Amino acid sequence: RNSKHRNRKMAGSMELPTKGGFSFDLCRRNAMLEKNGLKMPGFRKTGTTIVGLVFADGVVLGADTRATEGPIVADKNCEKIHFMAPNIYCCGAGTAADTEAVTDMVSSQLQLHRYATSRESRVVTALTLLKTHLFNYQGHVSAALVLGGVDVTGPHLHTVYPHGSTDTLPFATMGSGSLAAMSVFESKYREGLTREEGIALVAEAIRAGIFNDLGSGSNVDVCVITKGNTEYLRNHELPNPRTFVSSKGYSFNKGHTEVLSTKITQLKLKPEVADGDAMEE
Amino acid sequence: PQIFEYNGSAVVAMVGKNCFAIASDRRLGVQLQTVATDFQRVFKIHGKLYIGLSGLATDAQTLYQRLAFKHKLYQLREERDMKPETFASLVSALLYEKRFGPYFCQPIIAGLGEKDQPFICTMDCIGAKELAKDFVVSGTASESLYGACESMYKPDMEPEELFETISQALLSSVDRDCLSGWGGYVLIV
Repeated sequence: RNSKHRNRKMAGSMELPTKGGFSFDLCRRNAMLEKNGLKMPGFRKTGTTIVGLVFADGVVLGADTRATEGPIVADKNCEKIHFMAPNIYCCGAGTAADTEAVTDMVSSQLQLHRYATSRESRVVTALTLLKTHLFNYQGHVSAALVLGGVDVTGPHLHTVYPHGSTDTLPFATMGSGSLAAMSVFESKYREGLTREEGIALVAEAIRAGIFNDLGSGSNVDVCVITKGNTEYLRNHELPNPRTFVSSKGYSFNKGHTEVLSTKITQLKLKPEVADGDAMEE
Repeated sequence: PQIFEYNGSAVVAMVGKNCFAIASDRRLGVQLQTVATDFQRVFKIHGKLYIGLSGLATDAQTLYQRLAFKHKLYQLREERDMKPETFASLVSALLYEKRFGPYFCQPIIAGLGEKDQPFICTMDCIGAKELAKDFVVSGTASESLYGACESMYKPDMEPEELFETISQALLSSVDRDCLSGWGGYVLIV
């Protein structure tokens, strides 16, 4: 899905390489605007709690589901556990666009690598791809990730910081709620947890982040990766149901809103080809 | 002065039963002065796909022109219209390309996908997609819009009721925002 830039093929010059990566053409204009006093906008962050731990048979990853835009909750149920490979998943905190773009990009690179090598992807491959990309941009791509997976060499769990440094740990937390979640892990983690104990501990750590950190909230997502099997438990727990809905609701009668003018356009229906042949190549 | 509050805008989209509605305000201002009262912020991509662009008006128009261009090429190559999910990925990629010198726009995309299932999504100015099943808002009036939509929205509304709901949500929110207003422009598909 790495469609950062469309192919600009002109007739006859098929050897033009596809341009990828960032384009900086608006930078000069934006710098001029900033000099004239305009403040740069804030981007949507995921002010998050993301965790991972290694248990007996694999890794368990967990995340909350709140996306914030300053003090406002922009998305009450967003997905922070991103797919990297069938056996590798990655939780992302920091600027939402950066975490999505960088995990999409590395996921595509891993798939191309799988096609080239005919082997299952390894977690260290994803780790190296992520850390080199983030280091190259010197921390400006603000993505803090918890990467976990199981490959031929066993279960692995890593954290990746926006400047490109990584840690390899048995249990890890990132995001604004990381302290709340880490306190749960530090008291209750031990080696050789079973699957149920692992899921329960991850859910408890995320709940600690949800209830104690203002930047995290809503629901708990869990992802369990073992050798040969991955289970993505979307909305594993919903500790914040919407109970304050009014049963009456708002109902507006037709004609309540003053309408100045109306224009109705029928959509043209595309004619169905009933007995056509498939287009010849 | 803030860049997003230079022109002022309010855009909202809601999902109904086999239909969607997208609405915007009509004011164009230069900080506190109103320059136009009939400014168009919601643009058509094809019959079943619309994009509303809030934020800096000049970037909204430029971005729309680039997207219309890309979609027309797509139509010529693929001989069909783009699906809303695909279009959302296209907009996201276009915005993320300018990650370190962004367009100052927040798009709202609304369309009917396969089997006429309504699809809405919004993004921040660098392309972080946010899919929603009920409503999406953006613009200077977004905080009021969040509140108004949260209380007035009901799932599975018919087109006429959806029109009334989205209009009332938009009008009551822009009344609490100095930079947007002068009526609304609602599209139901």
